[in-house]
Amino acid sequence: MPFPTLDLTAKTLRGAVVEMSHRAGAPHLASSLSCIDILTVLYWKILRLDPKKPQDPDRDRFILSKGHAAAALYAALAHRGFYPAEDLKKYVVNESRFPEHPPAVGLPGVEAATGSLGHGLPMGLGMALAARILKKKYRVFVLLSDGECNEGSNWEAAMFAAGQKLSNVCVLVDYNKWQATGRSRDILAIHPLDKKWEACGWSTLEIDGHDHSGLTEVLSALPREDGKPTAIIAHTIKGKGISFMEDDNNWHYKIPSVAEVAAAKKELGLI
Amino acid sequence: MRNAFAQELTALAKEESRLVFLSGDIGNKLFDAFKAECPNRFYNCGVAEQNMMGVAAGLAKSGLRPIVYTITPFVTTRCYEQIRVDVCYHNLPVIIAGVGSGLSYATLGPTHHSLEDIAFLRALPEMTVLCPGDAMEVRACLRAALKHSGPVYLRLGKKGEPVIHKEVPKVTIGRALEIQRGKDICLLSTGNILPLAVDAANSLADSRLSVQVFSFHTVKPLDTGVLEEVLAKYPLVVTLEEHGLLGGFGSAVAEWRADHPESKARLLRFGTRDEFMHSNGDQDFARAYFGLTRENICKKIMEVYK
Repeated sequence: MPFPTLDLTAKTLRGAVVEMSHRAGAPHLASSLSCIDILTVLYWKILRLDPKKPQDPDRDRFILSKGHAAAALYAALAHRGFYPAEDLKKYVVNESRFPEHPPAVGLPGVEAATGSLGHGLPMGLGMALAARILKKKYRVFVLLSDGECNEGSNWEAAMFAAGQKLSNVCVLVDYNKWQATGRSRDILAIHPLDKKWEACGWSTLEIDGHDHSGLTEVLSALPREDGKPTAIIAHTIKGKGISFMEDDNNWHYKIPSVAEVAAAKKELGLI
Repeated sequence: MRNAFAQELTALAKEESRLVFLSGDIGNKLFDAFKAECPNRFYNCGVAEQNMMGVAAGLAKSGLRPIVYTITPFVTTRCYEQIRVDVCYHNLPVIIAGVGSGLSYATLGPTHHSLEDIAFLRALPEMTVLCPGDAMEVRACLRAALKHSGPVYLRLGKKGEPVIHKEVPKVTIGRALEIQRGKDICLLSTGNILPLAVDAANSLADSRLSVQVFSFHTVKPLDTGVLEEVLAKYPLVVTLEEHGLLGGFGSAVAEWRADHPESKARLLRFGTRDEFMHSNGDQDFARAYFGLTRENICKKIMEVYK
C-alpha cells in the first residue's frame, strides 16, 4: 500500500457517507461512494488550499458538478478541516446549512452550488479564465458524472475551454457506468467517452478512479500538454467499497438500514 | 441604443479594470473600439449561451465584473437555468445585456422576438430588471448596473431609436424618471417604447388632456413611491411596454395595486397579446399588429377617461 493514510481517509469518508445517508434518509449513496477515492486524492494530495482561508484568492478551486454526491463533498471538507466532522450530523436536518446538493452560500469550501447537472464546468471555466485575466496561478478541478455528460452544456464548455487554451482546468469524469435509471451506455451514446473529450481538444486519458497512487501521479503532473485542458476519464464502480452495494444501481436511491450501516462499517474496518 | 451601449461600454472599461465582456458571437465590428482598448477583456464565447452564462458566473465569483451580450431571447430564455442557478442563486454581479428586445428585430420572426423576458427575469430572486427608454437612459443604466452588487438584466432595443432625453439623465436603480408633467392622467412607460409614450402624450394634449409621463427604466425593484403617489393622484394610470401583458411591467404594477386596495385609480395596460406573431413585418407593423400605435393608445385612453 503506497499511501496507507489515504486508504484510511477514504474508508473514513465512506463510513461517513453511509451514516449520513442512513441518518438523513437521503439517496445517492452509491454515487457518493464511487467518487470518494478521487475526492480523497484531490483534497489530501493535490489541491493547494488552506481550510482556514476558504476565500484565499490564490486557492485551487474544486467543483463537484455531480452535486448529488454532496455527502461525499461535505465529508471530505469536514475531515480536511473546513468545519468540524461533528457538523455532518446536521446533513439535511431542518435549519442546517447542508442540503442534499451543495449550497450557494453558508458552507466554507463549496465553490459552486450544483445539483442541476451540467453547471459546474462552465462556472469552473469562468474561474479559470479569471485566473488568466488576473494573472493568478490557481487551477480549477471539476468532477462530472458519466450521466451528467448527457447535458449539452458540458460540450459547449468543452469546446470553449479548448478554444481558449485553458490548461489550468482539469475535468475528472466519475465513469461508474450507471445513471439514475440504467446503464449509461444504454441511455445515450456515451461510448467512447475519452474520444469525445479528445475530439473537443482536451488532453485525455483513462485511469482507474480508485487507484490512489495512479490518480496522484497523474494529477501531480498537470497540464499534461501545453495549452490544453485535461480530461481524466476515471473508471469507477458505483457503490465502491461496500461489497453488497458495488455495481448495484438500486443504491442510487436506496437508504441503508441500521444493519446495513453496521455491515458496511465492519467491512470498512471502522468497527 | 445599441451604439450608445457599445460606446459607453468602451468608456467604462477604461474606468473599471474588472469589466469583462462576453459576446455570443454577435456585434461584428460594433465592439472594435472595446477590443482595441482591452484585448484581454473581450471574449467571443460562440453560439453557446449556456456555457457563456456559466463562465460569466465563474468570472464574477472570482472578483471580475462580466457583461454578457447577445440577442435577447438567447441571453435570457435560452440559458434561463444558468441565470437562475449560476448567477441569481449565487447572487453574483453579472450584467445580462439583451439586444433587439421586444419587437426590435420584428422582421426576424418570433424566434427573435422577446415578449416574455421581463416576466421571466423579474421572477428570479436577486435579479434587478432595467429597461432603459432611450439611448441616454442606456448609458446611465449601464453605469448604474456596473455599480450594483448583484445580477442585473439590461433590456436594450436596437439602433437608431428616437432620443427623448437631451442629456444623460441621473439614474438611480428603482427610481423612475419624470419625463413630463401633467395633471389629468399618468402614463408609465418602460423600455424602448418611451418615444411612443411621449408621442401619445403630445397627441392627448391636442385633445386638452394633460398627461404626466414617467420612464420606469427599472421594472424590478419597482418605484413604489411613484406608484403610491400616482395611483392616489390620478383617476387613470396607464402602463405601456413592448412586451407581453402576461407577467411584464403592467403586470408588476397590477400586482402592486392588488396589494394596495386603497389605490383608487383605474389601471389601463398596453402591451402585446398572449400569442406568437404569424404575420411578418417590421417593428412598426408588429407594434400595429398588437395595437401599440399612437392612434390606438390615444383612442383607448379617451374611451376609458370619459
